[in-house]
Amino acid sequence: MTIHQTTGRPAFELDTRLISAVAGAPPPDTGAGALRATLTFAWRALLKIRHVPEQLLDATLFPIMFTLMFTYVFGGAVIGSPEAYLGYALPGILAQTVVFMTMYTAVTLNTDIERGAFDRFRSQPIWRPAPLVGALVGDTLRYGIASAFVFGIATLIGYRAPGGLGGVAGAVVLLLVFCSALSWLWLIIGLTVRTPAAVMGASTMILFPLTFVSPAFAPPETMPAWVQDFVAVNPVTLLVEAARGLLDGVPDAGDLALVLALSGAMTVVFAPIALRLYNRRT
Amino acid sequence: MSRETWAIETRGLVKAFGADRAVDGVDLEVPAGCVYSVLGPNGAGKTTMIRMIATLIRPDGGTARVLGHDVTAEAARVRARLALTGQFASLDEDLTGLENLILLARLRGHRGKAARRRATDLLEAFDLSAAARREVKTYSGGMRRRLDIAGSLVARPDLLMLDEPTTGLDPRSRGQVWESVRALVGAGTTVLLTTQYLEEADQLADRIAVVNHGRVIAEGTSGRLKALVGAGALRVRVADGADRPEVARLLAVMLGAAPVLEPDPVALSLRVDEPAAVAGALAAITERGLGVSEYALAQPSLDEVFLALTGEPADGPAPSREEAST
Repeated sequence: MTIHQTTGRPAFELDTRLISAVAGAPPPDTGAGALRATLTFAWRALLKIRHVPEQLLDATLFPIMFTLMFTYVFGGAVIGSPEAYLGYALPGILAQTVVFMTMYTAVTLNTDIERGAFDRFRSQPIWRPAPLVGALVGDTLRYGIASAFVFGIATLIGYRAPGGLGGVAGAVVLLLVFCSALSWLWLIIGLTVRTPAAVMGASTMILFPLTFVSPAFAPPETMPAWVQDFVAVNPVTLLVEAARGLLDGVPDAGDLALVLALSGAMTVVFAPIALRLYNRRT
Repeated sequence: MSRETWAIETRGLVKAFGADRAVDGVDLEVPAGCVYSVLGPNGAGKTTMIRMIATLIRPDGGTARVLGHDVTAEAARVRARLALTGQFASLDEDLTGLENLILLARLRGHRGKAARRRATDLLEAFDLSAAARREVKTYSGGMRRRLDIAGSLVARPDLLMLDEPTTGLDPRSRGQVWESVRALVGAGTTVLLTTQYLEEADQLADRIAVVNHGRVIAEGTSGRLKALVGAGALRVRVADGADRPEVARLLAVMLGAAPVLEPDPVALSLRVDEPAAVAGALAAITERGLGVSEYALAQPSLDEVFLALTGEPADGPAPSREEAST
């Protein structure tokens, strides 16, 4: 005769350690302050670089490949020599690298929502925007790392910025300001689109035209008039021209002011929308 | 502040997604310091209810208070006192177990070394020390669940909400989660857990609310609920199919319930209100030379609970009021 007894408890030794660990916990508090919470989320973004280096590698190998390919394949045709072309195209390659990286802001956020980490963060007693702002701070650091990669490779194949180290630093800072502001838009997309894969698809559709239909890789004078019209209103054009001025040692105050104003405007418009979506998400 | 006696108190709580009233007028009173279980099938509105109480979504109607604080007007106070472990492990899979807990400990106000110490203690308590430096994506389902619960305890919450904490776990991991819940209550935390298993609710909970289609259809202690649905079901397999009618007749007389003859020609089952009487009945059957090859006494399934309470199985058709409400 076989006997099943289905109500038995599995033997498990956990009780005393658990009770002491739980009872020994400090009483509930009000959570970390705004700055600490934000920095904690930035720390998380940096840990991700260590655990998922592919994200950073994808974003940096791609431009390195482009740098080499464009310089040696198109350089002679577009400007006359690979060396001269590198000097012309570097600001564009740099901008493209970092602008493309901004989409990972949306991918990461969307993954958090899908996996439930987002609910966990939203139920913490912390400053509400901390997860979003912290992610942006972490992402900005990643943009800096990618920029260093691009300059490293360019230097190896003979690039020397006429504007010197100051020009390089200025161009990178300008780029980081612009891309942090642009990231707010990606946060909106990350909060709205259903899956991380959809984010990737949508973003490529937007980013390729934005970065290529600009003076990043070829002088727009050779393009048809209607393409030139788009180039003229493309914000990446503005960014590339301003960065080029800094790198070449001939900064244009008007361009710089416009980029900063545009970055400010993007933040003012997109940040409240992103925060509102974040708070209201059901 | 005068209503601290209730860990959770909801009045006419409603949440609708389009025409679907996921939560449709729920009144709950969860006393502080107990384990309270919300029992119901998939889609009954359990998760939506929990998300409203945890301030993640706003109620469309009614009120919910956590330890006296309104979830809409005083969301920040509510968040400071509760912790939520969602249905899916809400962890960062790319980070290690230790990093996940340090992150949460920092968010809860532990600084520097204190955050790391807290994380290490919890990993130890949940038997995860050996996996502390592994990325969470390499964890088994049971390990994730334990880490997830540990993440809710970085600051001792007054109220811990667990959304289907053992769904999809093997029996051993389930036992570990149950032990964790008991330990927590021992330390003074109120626990609200949702489940699809009567056994789980019965093992852990002081009180149980049965929900279906966004409404509470029964509420009380597990003893009261069992009085409504019966303590369990006895399933018997006879050695020889020819004996089945006689065994069924004897069981019906001795246990006072109508046996159900199952499709399997040697199997039958019946509802049992008094488990102690089962042994005697089986002994009497074997004494008469009738062979019983196997028997099992199990708790009623969720289907049987719903059958007893509503007259329809758990996944039965939605009542017509849904059409009427739109």
